Amino acid sequence: MHELPVTQSILEIVLRHAEQANATRVTQIDLLIGDLASIVDDSVQFYFDMLGQDTIAQDAKLVFKRVPGKMRCWECQTVFAPDGRTYTCPQCHSARVEIIAGREFRVESIEVE
Amino acid sequence: MKVTVVEKILSANDRLALENQSTLDKSGVLGLNLMASPGAGKTSLIEATIDALGGRLRLGAIDGDIATSLDADRIAARGIPAVQINTGGGCHLDANMLKSALPDLPLDEIDLLLVENVGNLVCPANFKLGTHFGVIIASVPEGDDKPYKYPPMYTGVDVLIINKIDLLPYLDFDLDYFKQGVAALNSGVVTFEISCKTGEGVAPWADWLVEQVLAHKAKE
Repeated sequence: MHELPVTQSILEIVLRHAEQANATRVTQIDLLIGDLASIVDDSVQFYFDMLGQDTIAQDAKLVFKRVPGKMRCWECQTVFAPDGRTYTCPQCHSARVEIIAGREFRVESIEVE
Repeated sequence: MKVTVVEKILSANDRLALENQSTLDKSGVLGLNLMASPGAGKTSLIEATIDALGGRLRLGAIDGDIATSLDADRIAARGIPAVQINTGGGCHLDANMLKSALPDLPLDEIDLLLVENVGNLVCPANFKLGTHFGVIIASVPEGDDKPYKYPPMYTGVDVLIINKIDLLPYLDFDLDYFKQGVAALNSGVVTFEISCKTGEGVAPWADWLVEQVLAHKAKE
């Protein structure tokens, strides 16, 4: 249920940047969210519909660009998507791997009028 | 018109966390954020740590829970200044809650502040508090698959404590599988295997804390 403070934070960022751009309306908000970031899109949209009321971002469309989790093997450099049960490399079965994508958690851009 | 933003979503919380850290630094306090699922042994670890330190460090505690002051009472019973934060349903502590609680503690008389987060393996991972170290306490009965099911929690911490190791002979907990998952997410994490019940492994953890506090004070 941390989507509520997350949504408040999104709204605050959006309104601040919209004001700087002298916008009168925000029509779209582009979010970049990694799959390892534990956020439920529908929940954010639900809270946004409530919190955004009576602001210039009311009715703005939230677009979630999801970044799938990606790992890279230190031994053989294979890049792979974790299968949810293990993080070992599917090629050489090494456990020496690192996350290279999936942690993104930011507001990328907004469309304003 | 498109406006480029590129701003981390919880940047406001991150800024408050930095303020908290400078408040702690001014008083020479090292802060730990203890995170775990409910029942993993967060409060038991604080109690065992108090005992193992045996007065080597001056401690303070902040306990986050949805309701009751049971945890803060347990800590205060050992003569440690403790503040309870009731989140009233909130699933995690955030930097603002910690900021409100800090003035209730005598920071100038504390070396090590133990912040016990709300029992939860999801939300606390997203909200920095301003403590110097994030600590995850994983307990053996939870199962060995937790790093795979809750990657963000294991990714963002500095210290891993595996608690209740006295139960390893009785449960199907594959320590190697568990550690492999953690290593993939967070290869540099400092790990302690302990049992708060028997006291096994608590002494090295307490010694490590003393070292960290001394190193932190030397920096200030």
